Amino acid sequence: MSTIIIAVLGAIMIAAAILAVYQKSLLSAIIAAGAISLLASVIYIVLAAPDVAMTEAAIGSGLTTIVFLFALNKVRKQDKDG
Amino acid sequence: MVKKIFIVIILVFFAVMLLPLVKDFTPFQELSTTAKEYVQKGPDDLGAANLVTSVIVTYRGLDTLGEVAVLFIATAGVGFFLRRDGNKIKRKQRDSSQILQTGGAFLFPLILVLGVYIFMHGHLTPGGGFQGGVVMASGMVFLLLSKISTKINDTVLHLIESLSGAAYVAIGVLGLVLAAGFLDNRFLDLGEFGRLLSAGAIPLIYSFVGLKVGAELVGIIDNMQKDQS
Repeated sequence: MSTIIIAVLGAIMIAAAILAVYQKSLLSAIIAAGAISLLASVIYIVLAAPDVAMTEAAIGSGLTTIVFLFALNKVRKQDKDG
Repeated sequence: MVKKIFIVIILVFFAVMLLPLVKDFTPFQELSTTAKEYVQKGPDDLGAANLVTSVIVTYRGLDTLGEVAVLFIATAGVGFFLRRDGNKIKRKQRDSSQILQTGGAFLFPLILVLGVYIFMHGHLTPGGGFQGGVVMASGMVFLLLSKISTKINDTVLHLIESLSGAAYVAIGVLGLVLAAGFLDNRFLDLGEFGRLLSAGAIPLIYSFVGLKVGAELVGIIDNMQKDQS
């Protein structure tokens, strides 16, 4: 059972990773990158590692995404200002 | 075209390199010697119900100190590079929506309490200093996003961060003097197994780690947010 869950989540993770690389919109790419971490944390829970899962969910999909969004905002502003 | 072929060749090369790991993988039937030692002796030795915590904080405590130091250096680097031009003219920022403001006011204290809970109960339930600190920092981010006018007091932040860092090392040295080694938790009473005030100095150490990590991450976010306008 857990093998099936992990295989499905892994397939979605690979799809999200490809999306993050080939997506034209940077915002969608950042969201896809955050989704990878979220799915990874679900896999950690399936593998009975809740400590790692909490770290991955909080840092990988939470704070990293926010930092990337701030950075994207800053880069866009600099582009506009010239 | 040549570039794409090159990428495919490199990917195939990686696959061939990693294939033996998958092919020859057999799940371990029993724990390795070190792990067995930790599992058998950990609960009686250190009194922490969560074995992961006793490994992270005590058996491998020095690694955790190193991780906290790495995080500190990262924060210092972000602060160094982002705060060069501090006194630019602030653009007028649009207030966030009513829904976000109300939700932020309601959820911010709850998220903060959840973070404190996670690092206080690090020795009993999954989670600990790092996770609790990050949860607290994300609560602060939520507040910053919902109330644009919020200003974070840098002095308080730096004070929390440096004092808890110093206290962490001081507890480690106390363990060296009063108990068996650096970051040994047994200089305080181990208490009753599974209670909040048990496992010696582990709750204390994790509280300081949580405060330090939280303050550092809030510092990073605050620097980035101030740099926006």
